[in-house]
Amino acid sequence: MNNTNIAVDIGVAREADLPAVVALDAANSGAEKPDYWRDILARFTQEHARNKRYFLVGKDPAGNLLGFIVGEIRAWEFGSPPCGWVIALNVTADQREKGIGTTLFDALCAEMKRDGVTTIRTMVLANDKVNLSFFRGEGLAAGPYIELERQLD
Amino acid sequence: MKLQKASRYALYAVLHLASEPGKQFSTAEIAEAYDVSIHHLAKVMRTLVRSGLIESVRGVGGGYRFSGNLRRTTLWDIIHEFESLESDIDTPDQLSGNARVVISGLDSVMDEIDGLNRATLDSITLKTLLRYGDENLEREIQE
Repeated sequence: MNNTNIAVDIGVAREADLPAVVALDAANSGAEKPDYWRDILARFTQEHARNKRYFLVGKDPAGNLLGFIVGEIRAWEFGSPPCGWVIALNVTADQREKGIGTTLFDALCAEMKRDGVTTIRTMVLANDKVNLSFFRGEGLAAGPYIELERQLD
Repeated sequence: MKLQKASRYALYAVLHLASEPGKQFSTAEIAEAYDVSIHHLAKVMRTLVRSGLIESVRGVGGGYRFSGNLRRTTLWDIIHEFESLESDIDTPDQLSGNARVVISGLDSVMDEIDGLNRATLDSITLKTLLRYGDENLEREIQE
């Protein structure tokens, strides 16, 4: 069941989706990264690699890409029990606030829950208001881990 | 982190109006609901009107109503109209030796904390905040 104002078909990403995925990411991020998405598609959707990795696309009835979400289950990083990670989420700018992101997120959560995890986590740029407020709206809040980094001079 | 009185009053007022978009409330009604000074709240309301977060409604039964976007307006959008949330370590201008090292180290930690505070407040929309409140109350009732 879709929790949207418009019809969204959710499915596993395929090779044919790659150009639209690259274009949507480029439109939102400002950088075109075809090699990166080809690699993600291969690693997250090939039959032998799909175990605990998820690359879902949402399309309108005509087959146009409305959005996509990528995630994986990771375990025992600094003691963390198996946990679902969202590593990418994009929705076409002119189709936002229609519940497409929520439908994609719910579909990912359902798959991860079926695969045994009870917690979902993500990492978002502190000034990325759109994604931060989206995940907050989905009930995510600060967790027990803190992101740390430094420049490698 | 301790919010200034004006920021707290602004949060009360905008969230109160946003909880029933389209409905108008007077300053007196909001002041009474949160047990705050009507005079201080009136000043805050003027700033909020200038910022475009709320609008005043004239005439009989006039007051204020929410004029922002529930799904886009964040807590930080309200607070930064009143304060910058920058920690201020009160130190003399002229420092030397170990004092400069200590203050410089403390400044960088405070900057990090301030950044996290602002990012947290900027991640929570009014719609999400109101939902948190609803869910918390529901949970309390069930317990």
